[in-house]
Amino acid sequence: MKRVALNGNYAVAYAVKMADVDFVAAYPITPQTPIVEKISEFIANGELEAEYVNVESEHSAISACIGASLTGARVFTATSSQGLAYMHEVLFMASSLRTPIVMANVNRALSHPLNIWNDHSDAMPERDCGWIQFWVESAQEAFDTTIQAFKIAEEVLLPVMINLDGFILSHVYEAVELPDEELVREYIPSKPLINRVSPKLSYTIGVVGPPEYYFEMKYQALEAIERSRNNINNVNKEFSKVFGRKYGNVNEHMMEDAKYVLITMGAVTGTAKFVVNELRKKGEKVGLLSIRCFRPFPKDEIIKLLEDVKGVGVLDRALTPGGPGHPLYTDICCALYNAKNRPIIQSFVGGLGGRDILIDDFIKMFEIVKEVSEEGRPKPCIYIGLRE
Amino acid sequence: MKTWKEIPIGAMIIEPGNSVEFDVTTWRVFRPILDKSKCTKCGLCWIYCPEGAIMIKEDGSYEINLSYCKGCGICQKSCNVKAITMVREYEESST
Repeated sequence: MKRVALNGNYAVAYAVKMADVDFVAAYPITPQTPIVEKISEFIANGELEAEYVNVESEHSAISACIGASLTGARVFTATSSQGLAYMHEVLFMASSLRTPIVMANVNRALSHPLNIWNDHSDAMPERDCGWIQFWVESAQEAFDTTIQAFKIAEEVLLPVMINLDGFILSHVYEAVELPDEELVREYIPSKPLINRVSPKLSYTIGVVGPPEYYFEMKYQALEAIERSRNNINNVNKEFSKVFGRKYGNVNEHMMEDAKYVLITMGAVTGTAKFVVNELRKKGEKVGLLSIRCFRPFPKDEIIKLLEDVKGVGVLDRALTPGGPGHPLYTDICCALYNAKNRPIIQSFVGGLGGRDILIDDFIKMFEIVKEVSEEGRPKPCIYIGLRE
Repeated sequence: MKTWKEIPIGAMIIEPGNSVEFDVTTWRVFRPILDKSKCTKCGLCWIYCPEGAIMIKEDGSYEINLSYCKGCGICQKSCNVKAITMVREYEESST
């Protein structure tokens, strides 16, 4: 094991190298990230033996990954913002064809207006495409989750997306503990999956699903992602035994005896943790949850964690225009609706298009959560930092 | 019909050649009728039929397997001696 300075991009690239990936397809131009640049370097230097295909678009990148994955290869790709949007229709095929592709998505805003900065509006529209979705908060977690992703994907035959915040995580250097490559390869041995396009098998792949069959075919992939909850829990447990770092589907911070809780996703969790620590020093009973595994949504864990909580603030970094609430808020409300003890849930939106969410913003959010909890009803969504 | 558990993973078709099990009888609007007295056994309809619905019997005569016939009428067009006619499967609706 060695401790090195890596940014989020390189942490993912190192994980891909250690996972001994067989095939990478990526569109190399904007909005691509240094993840695949680093991987191509590894391959060019002979440090990773893999097929690297420069394709002409993200639509082709994910399509090539599906083809390669069907041969039983271990497959990786990376993208960001408009690139992910361009993959949209093919993402559904990847999950329904049950291809265990692992993809890193560096979260950035979608146009218009053109904006290359960080928020969650690229990945949120893809939450219903049948992929397992992880959201990480540090470079270390990006590395670890990428390793876990290969294990989970290949166990349940579903694609896994790792979301890491653009720039504030993808381009910021942090200390990362890199395990020995042998240990990683022992943990995720490259066992060839069945080659479904072998001429010996004569399988027909990518079939027509008429009304008599489409429902059953889709349900099969739905059942797989529901079933993946067990695999994810086991992988989390196993991983902490082998590598010493523990992750849950929901990462909790100061949740014991917490009365007012903020729910976040991604790298802003770091700032929020700092604020929680500060408020705790002043005797405030505040806590923090960050949703690490967004799909499948850890509904039962969330209900349990919020059992004795009075007020919850949900911070969204993406919009659902015209919807009943913004994406994470809607999911949290839905999860808690049938819970015995339901806290007051306040919606916040902030940090769109790379706008910073500052320490003071988090302090204000906690104040509002406390205020609405005492009043007994939430306010309409509060847009943090919006000039009005 | 198969349940979701019985369908192979990823909705693959893992038995090759299983289109023989697929009956398309209900797709048809027109049905080909072969007049064996006119047929010269030239085999053109057999060549042109896109569905393989025309069978050659042991005695060298031809027969149309209506389970696979979608009623496209290509056999009728290909027949030089007009041994095949297309007739409506159902009476035309009066409306």
